[in-house]
Amino acid sequence: MRNIWTIAIREYKHYFASPIAYILAFVTFLALGGYFFLNIYYTTQSGGQAPPPGVDIVTGLLVFLFVFICPALTMRLLSEEQRLGTLELLLTAPLRDWELVVGKWLGAFLFMLTLIAVTFIYPIVLNLMVKPGIDQGPLLTGYLGLLLVSAVFLGIGVMVSSFFSNQVASYVTTFGILFVFWWIIRITSQVVGAAGGGVLTYLDFSGHFYNTLLGGVIEIGDLVYYLSMTALTLFIGTMTVEMRRWK
Amino acid sequence: MIRVEGLTKDFGARRAIENLTFDAEKGEILGFLGPNGAGKTTTMRILCGYMPPTSGVASVAGFDVVSESIEVRRRVGYLPETVPLYPDMSVFEYLKFMADLRHLRDGEDRVDEVLELVHMEERADGYIGNLSKGMRQRVGLAQALLHKPEVLILDEPTIGLDPAQVVEVRNTIKEIGRERTVLLSTHILSEAQQVCDRVMIINKGHIVAEDTPEHLQTRVTGAQRVALRVQGDEDGLSDVVEGVPGVIRVIKSLEGGVEFETQAGQDVRPEVARAVVSKGFDLLELKPLGVSLEEIFLQLTRDEPEPPMVEGEEGLDSESDSEKEEEQV
Repeated sequence: MRNIWTIAIREYKHYFASPIAYILAFVTFLALGGYFFLNIYYTTQSGGQAPPPGVDIVTGLLVFLFVFICPALTMRLLSEEQRLGTLELLLTAPLRDWELVVGKWLGAFLFMLTLIAVTFIYPIVLNLMVKPGIDQGPLLTGYLGLLLVSAVFLGIGVMVSSFFSNQVASYVTTFGILFVFWWIIRITSQVVGAAGGGVLTYLDFSGHFYNTLLGGVIEIGDLVYYLSMTALTLFIGTMTVEMRRWK
Repeated sequence: MIRVEGLTKDFGARRAIENLTFDAEKGEILGFLGPNGAGKTTTMRILCGYMPPTSGVASVAGFDVVSESIEVRRRVGYLPETVPLYPDMSVFEYLKFMADLRHLRDGEDRVDEVLELVHMEERADGYIGNLSKGMRQRVGLAQALLHKPEVLILDEPTIGLDPAQVVEVRNTIKEIGRERTVLLSTHILSEAQQVCDRVMIINKGHIVAEDTPEHLQTRVTGAQRVALRVQGDEDGLSDVVEGVPGVIRVIKSLEGGVEFETQAGQDVRPEVARAVVSKGFDLLELKPLGVSLEEIFLQLTRDEPEPPMVEGEEGLDSESDSEKEEEQV
């Protein structure tokens, strides 16, 4: 546990020492702020015709942004260690391979947690503006969903970054995988329909979020799905690191 | 401290090391000498738990490098050939991070101590990215010393350093080697000669010789060479010297003297001195000439199409027929 924490804290601090975290945070808050403003503006302009916006205007957009943000956060995690040769240092330190991989993931996850925590300002503002306050259910499940989705996305990112020593390759591949699992499979499953559609629907990342958590529904199946996907990606990442020892 | 038996490592079809057997005791500095691609790095990586061997066993401080890898890694300080540093961290941060990974309770104090040891305390807050090659090497060494390891494995520790730093690092290593086991690889022969208690010459994955630097010299040449100088005329000197029992022959005449060869393990200098003086020469100098490790090295690693030697002979086994790629792993 201690080793995981040591690795995670180093990564977490590193984000704040590099420009990339600030750029990502800036873009995220810009997009969120703009979208938030437009929604509020539209509602007030409609003169009470349009229903007041729910918390899904924040969570729905944020989860979409994750597809771009997460690969950027994870691309250097293990790739950079391989490029610098510091992987040799970590692999000869008294540290198990899985501790290294989980620690890297946790570092990125803590950063995402920080980012997500800051966005909580929007539901608070929304709650003050809407009478008699926003629906609490979707707020909690939406944010739970954000955590779960970012856990999986970062897991995929860490796994991919164990494959490459090139950060750009890591970013592009991670983005590609997220793109496929977030949109392509969803579209394909709708096209295919019943035949094989069930499997595709299950594989679809976004369905487990949009269909339930976004709207305030918690299904154990979704939680299991996200958590097991995270575990699987970290397991594959660990295997890849271990295989590097043999080369 | 280090026990290696029948260690073999293959990278695909390429055999990096074959059937290595050696050990190192506490308080010993063992030099690993060989050309690039001889298998030095591979052996060291196996010993510090980075990669498992294809076959054979290796143990460090009584722990097996494969099944008890973590225990081995706790006890080994390792400085890889390319010093593993994070350029965007400060020297102190980096060492503190490594100290945390090694669960050192007095982490910050230890960091200060090792920084002092490698004379880097003034640059503790500087970023590693801004350091010179020699300084980086020293930070890497500091990292390897952090946890007072029982075994120190250094892969080419003096490469890229300026002469003054080389001397400094060598002295540091010697100091450490008094109470710990140091395994050091180098392709600089004089370094092995100066620093190591014992030298192992490795070529193409085989140990071709293993002994103290002094013994290696006599063993390879089978004879000792001595230079003799006299004042004034040296006519007839050769005959006098050759008349002394124990002297094999005079090899050549030097300016104001001769160079001769004596039987191994027999110091005939007093006899030679007496003989020379009694013949009326004014003796100036009588100096034993060590064959340089360079010569031994070349002799041992020269590609000669010999049949493989019997085991235990530490034979001059070199495979000239195999065109192995000399690849740095």
